[in-house]
Amino acid sequence: MNRINQKLQENKKLLSIYFTAGFPKINDTVSIIENLEKSGVDFIEIGLPFSDPLADGPTIQVSSTQALDNGMTSEVLFNQLKDIRKMVKIPLIIMGYFNPMMQYGIENFCNKCAEIGIDGLIIPDLPVDVYNDHYKSIFEKYGLINVFLITPQTSDERIQFIDKISEGFIYMVSSASVTGSQNAFGKSQDDYFKRIADLNLKSPQIIGFGISNAETFKQATKYAKGAIIGSAFVKYLDENGTANIHKFVSRIRD
Amino acid sequence: MSYFVDKKGYYGEFGGAFIPEMLYPNVKELEDNYLKIMQEPSFQKEFQELLKEYVGRPTPLYFAKRLSEKYKTKIYLKREDLCHTGAHKINNTIGQILVAKKLGKTRVIAETGAGQHGVATATVCALMGIECVVYMGEIDIARQAPNVARMKMLGAKVVPALSGSRTLKDATNEAIRDWINNPINTHYIIGSVVGPHPYPDMVARFQSVISEEIKKQLLEKEQTENPDYVIACVGGGSNAAGAFYHYLDEEKVNLIAVEAAGLGIHSGESAATSILGKEGVIHGSKTLLMQSEDGQITEPYSISAGLDYPGIGPLHAHLYRSKRAEFISITDAEAMTAGLELCELEGIIPAIESAHALAVFNMKKFKESDVVVLNLSGRGDKDLDTYVKYFKL
Repeated sequence: MNRINQKLQENKKLLSIYFTAGFPKINDTVSIIENLEKSGVDFIEIGLPFSDPLADGPTIQVSSTQALDNGMTSEVLFNQLKDIRKMVKIPLIIMGYFNPMMQYGIENFCNKCAEIGIDGLIIPDLPVDVYNDHYKSIFEKYGLINVFLITPQTSDERIQFIDKISEGFIYMVSSASVTGSQNAFGKSQDDYFKRIADLNLKSPQIIGFGISNAETFKQATKYAKGAIIGSAFVKYLDENGTANIHKFVSRIRD
Repeated sequence: MSYFVDKKGYYGEFGGAFIPEMLYPNVKELEDNYLKIMQEPSFQKEFQELLKEYVGRPTPLYFAKRLSEKYKTKIYLKREDLCHTGAHKINNTIGQILVAKKLGKTRVIAETGAGQHGVATATVCALMGIECVVYMGEIDIARQAPNVARMKMLGAKVVPALSGSRTLKDATNEAIRDWINNPINTHYIIGSVVGPHPYPDMVARFQSVISEEIKKQLLEKEQTENPDYVIACVGGGSNAAGAFYHYLDEEKVNLIAVEAAGLGIHSGESAATSILGKEGVIHGSKTLLMQSEDGQITEPYSISAGLDYPGIGPLHAHLYRSKRAEFISITDAEAMTAGLELCELEGIIPAIESAHALAVFNMKKFKESDVVVLNLSGRGDKDLDTYVKYFKL
């Protein structure tokens, strides 16, 4: 069984952390992953930086630009991760935009992920229908789970469809926004979280976008299986470096 | 072979809608409605009226006698430079603002590079009393000050794009982000035949009035609807899409798309996307784009701000791949010289974008009997500063 599915069966609320590979420094990748695991994070999203990340807010965009300036590429990332499974057991997901993967070659990219022990991919600009028509069989061949997004604007019908084809969890975008743009959730989000919970989907939901602290984590996981923190962690790395990652994580789960 | 968009939004292997799920409802709403809306008699009536009374259409198809004598062929200029706001861009913004109204949108956003599309959008928003926000790269804001002032006078809010390379592609990213953040009340008026389906098709249809008029006008002047050649410059490719549209299936009509070679195709400072580009995804569309080995989108260069886009519309990628159109690259120097020549021979100051198309006459020999239609997409007022500096006038 894929590590993601095993993790989803655990009887607890899951915390996932996103970081941009190659930021703040090009060689921080492995130590960030190890420290996150040691700090009790449940799974990790490794951001493959892209020059034009149009679903991301300023924090992740700036970190991506910096990472690219530092020399991060798909090849560099794969080299950094080649022995990661000797040290790290929790699920690892690569999150990135479609174009760099396309240039690497989708099959090559998936093959590389499988070799390393990556469990899944999140590709915000790869639409569900294109994935189904062209890439699903490749992902399956390499045992990779592709994670789809839903938003408050996604119709129930489409959510049911996405639920049906999802093999891991559904990435629930907390509100109509790019990454990193909120500090607290209001009633409309609470209603949305509840509405989705009431659909009784087969796939667990993990909420992302706008989760930044213990309070928003708690709000998000009231109905959902877990939550993802991205921009807030990237900002923390920017300000504090990689030395005290456990402090960031323990504040979320206090 | 079809040169028109298929049911799934593709031109051959190019196009589609590679958008994040957050944009799915917006794009789907547009896809489900744009053709229906465009076919409504009330829409057509208002659209045609505005094109005539407000934009000043039909624009003349002008026989350029002295230019023709010089190059020993028959050259007609389609005078899009005479449109209100100075370029073809307004054909599309008039169409899209009417679509936005029909969809009940109360706010409009747009991206702009040189500011022409921003001005055309601000103009129609003022006309309709709709809130307008234009995203423009911080670097472009500094180098296109007159157009920034025009947009402000027209009541638009100009927001600097501070991310990435701070030019057109980043302004487009910012506009897309705005749309993600405002999915209900906002319509995004894309300025070229780029972006996710249905934008390339919708924009091409609004611009197709150009070739529709050429056909009628040429019939009067040459007793045939079809010229031997149609020439147009391509950045994203909206004026070329409009000038080619009704000729796509007329295989006897040769189509020439002119790209900006900047300082030279292999100088590293170029915007010759078809030659330098590889297949990839940019701004929601699968097309040819300039990018690094690793798939990072590279910043193009051209003296003409309207041509320095790292991609081309999927229609043009298809025309290139299928060889339906011939692609020619013109350097800054060739374009500037051709621009000045048109001033001297015909008393018309062309936009530097259009000057790239004019430079083809120095690159390619036409027969004396050939009828060549060149789409003069915009006027050069906005480029005076560049002309002055370049020629030390």
